[in-house]
Amino acid sequence: MQTGTMFVLVLMKDTVRIPPSKLHLDTTQTIVGILNKKFANKVVHNVGLCIALWDIEKYERSFIYPGDGATHTIVHFRYVVFRPTVDEILVGKVKNCSKEGISVSMGFFDDIFIPEDNLPHPSKFSETEQMWAWKYEEHDLFIEIGHEIRFRVMEEKFVDTSPTGPEGITMETTDPEPGPKRSPYTIVGTLAEQGLGLLSWWASAAGGEESAG
Amino acid sequence: MEVINENAGLLSNLEVLLLLKDVQAGRNNQQKPNKDQQNLGTITYETVKYLERSPCALQTPDHVAAFMHAMKDFALTRAEKLQLLNNRPTSEVELILMVEESEERFSDEDIGGLVTAIATHLPGPEAEVSVAAVAEEEEEMEEKEEGEEAVDEDYVAI
Repeated sequence: MQTGTMFVLVLMKDTVRIPPSKLHLDTTQTIVGILNKKFANKVVHNVGLCIALWDIEKYERSFIYPGDGATHTIVHFRYVVFRPTVDEILVGKVKNCSKEGISVSMGFFDDIFIPEDNLPHPSKFSETEQMWAWKYEEHDLFIEIGHEIRFRVMEEKFVDTSPTGPEGITMETTDPEPGPKRSPYTIVGTLAEQGLGLLSWWASAAGGEESAG
Repeated sequence: MEVINENAGLLSNLEVLLLLKDVQAGRNNQQKPNKDQQNLGTITYETVKYLERSPCALQTPDHVAAFMHAMKDFALTRAEKLQLLNNRPTSEVELILMVEESEERFSDEDIGGLVTAIATHLPGPEAEVSVAAVAEEEEEMEEKEEGEEAVDEDYVAI
């Protein structure tokens, strides 16, 4: 089911602390600045990659606490978030090839992986070239690094990378493997369909004649 | 922080591009990313760079309105229309990827008609360059330069 687009609006609510040093400034402008600093370029678990603030919907009451000169305001706001729907078609650039599959980057978002099983059938990994090739009729169509590639989103994976507290204190589940750096948000893609793969493979089809080669 | 609604609206790529350009230029009540907001500076720069290579770089709100009007003749979902707008498919192979169960829902003529309607209403790199498009492009180039300067300043600040 295609229910979305790559950029969506997410309605969130957060408490914004305005320090005394900023109380003389325009409140709205200050809050916009704080929300953009806090969320831009961050992955929110199960939400997606936050890009920029869209608008502020409303403010609730502000509080002050004893011993703190700042105001605390509950703000409802909409944020632009990158979260493509499963099944959506996206275009990126080939970043890396390995025996396991292909990494794709969209520039602002890097954690896209197309595993070996999702490559066009039949594909072969060339050890000498360190590249995957789709065997189309007599031709080897190589998937070269830096080329533009169209893929379908198959799956999204969110991993909670927030640090866990000292043992015995937090009730969070324990970290399964503290090995290599894990990405908080990964998109798994596929190329196994007509029209997917390097844009150059299909460019000639636009002219009406369907010939790849 | 609490998420109230994960899907409070769908955005076309053009809407995102216009917002981010406003942020970069500090227009329409937006503030340019300052040196305290490197994350905003980076994501804005990278996303604008991506979007400016995509079909939405040539689009204006007028194109979108005309396109959405033309799409009324086809029974597409809102998300499908937006994906067609964002991707601007130029061939049937490409288009079929973005329309679910296209074979059951549409005849071959419909699909052909869709490809034609998309090419007519949305500007593409192959389209003949009209006077309006040239003017627009120049404007965009200027904006782009401004945007890049703004980011450069940030990097100097680092």
